[in-house]
Amino acid sequence: MSFDCSEHLNYKVLHLTGEIDLSNSSEVRRCLLDIINQDYSVIVDFSELTYIDSSGMAILVEGLNTANKKKTSLKIAAANGAPRQVLELTRLDQVFTLVDAVSDVKE
Amino acid sequence: MTENSQKPSVLIDVKDLNSGYGDRQVLYDINLSVNDGEILVIMGGSGSGKSTLLKNMLGLKEPSDGRVLVHGLDLSNASQSELLKLRRSTGVAFQGGALLSSLSVGDNIKLPLRQHTDLDENTISIMTRLKLELMSLADCEDLMPSELSGGMLKRAGLARAVIMDPKILFFDEPSAGLDPVTSVELDQLILKLRKAMNMTIVVVTHELESAFTIADRIAVLADGELVTTGSVDEIKACTDKRVANLINRSPRDVQIDAEKYLSRLTKGAK
Repeated sequence: MSFDCSEHLNYKVLHLTGEIDLSNSSEVRRCLLDIINQDYSVIVDFSELTYIDSSGMAILVEGLNTANKKKTSLKIAAANGAPRQVLELTRLDQVFTLVDAVSDVKE
Repeated sequence: MTENSQKPSVLIDVKDLNSGYGDRQVLYDINLSVNDGEILVIMGGSGSGKSTLLKNMLGLKEPSDGRVLVHGLDLSNASQSELLKLRRSTGVAFQGGALLSSLSVGDNIKLPLRQHTDLDENTISIMTRLKLELMSLADCEDLMPSELSGGMLKRAGLARAVIMDPKILFFDEPSAGLDPVTSVELDQLILKLRKAMNMTIVVVTHELESAFTIADRIAVLADGELVTTGSVDEIKACTDKRVANLINRSPRDVQIDAEKYLSRLTKGAK
């Protein structure tokens, strides 16, 4: 698993690659909450994410909740395959704003 | 599985397994494999050896002969650290839920995470609630196990079994004692878990409908022997009398060995 951060418009883009599971989700949590606590809106890019377990999903839920409190936003881009199925299984696809690609976010 | 398809990778391999309790042999020369990502249902009547086979597959019971390999690891020869690592990626849902009665439902489900991970308590709480939602137990986090119905206990046990997102899930009698609607819901949940989490699932059951709904393959045990293994259609078409009896719910036609029967009845008599 690796992750890096870039920018798109006024958003910070957290680009996740590989598999997120119990062994590395705490690292992603620190990074995500760090960005949100700096009052940025975030797009979490799933385009190269092959697997995410429920600890990864929990981190995104915590991130969304923190962003909502700060009146910023957290969107998920390019959720396909297994990560998409986990979102649907947990019905979080109805909680997060999902976009097909980072470039689809226009404002 | 068609002949043309790629050969599946074997996750659990049971080889020439014999097992029993004291002098009483329960399993005889079992050879069975579980493929990565499949749902294998082990079926059989009461006393057929289903639970003993499950205990051996979990490494909770030493075989008297033969081997059980999981991810190529021989459970009989594995070190404690190898077994611990394997068990962290294995979930087990026991028949009655097996929750600790002194802890709330939520604390029961959190237990494996608190014991085996250093995740933040916020993350642990959200993971627990995600699993409770999945099991339709959203309002039960603070209840004690004694306040749950049988079906709810079973679902809470399943929530705890999958809290670490295991690669292998063992489920002992998911439908036993449940009403038909709850039973069907649980079957659907098992299918969803496999699809979304790509789990390999071994289910022990004697419920035909449940087995036919969820199984990729069914292994039928009778009197400690593996009668056959096959797809749902193959099992339905199986002509073996013991399999047909199980499917048609016919009582067992027990053949008595007169000499052994007499010996059992008169054991120790002067």
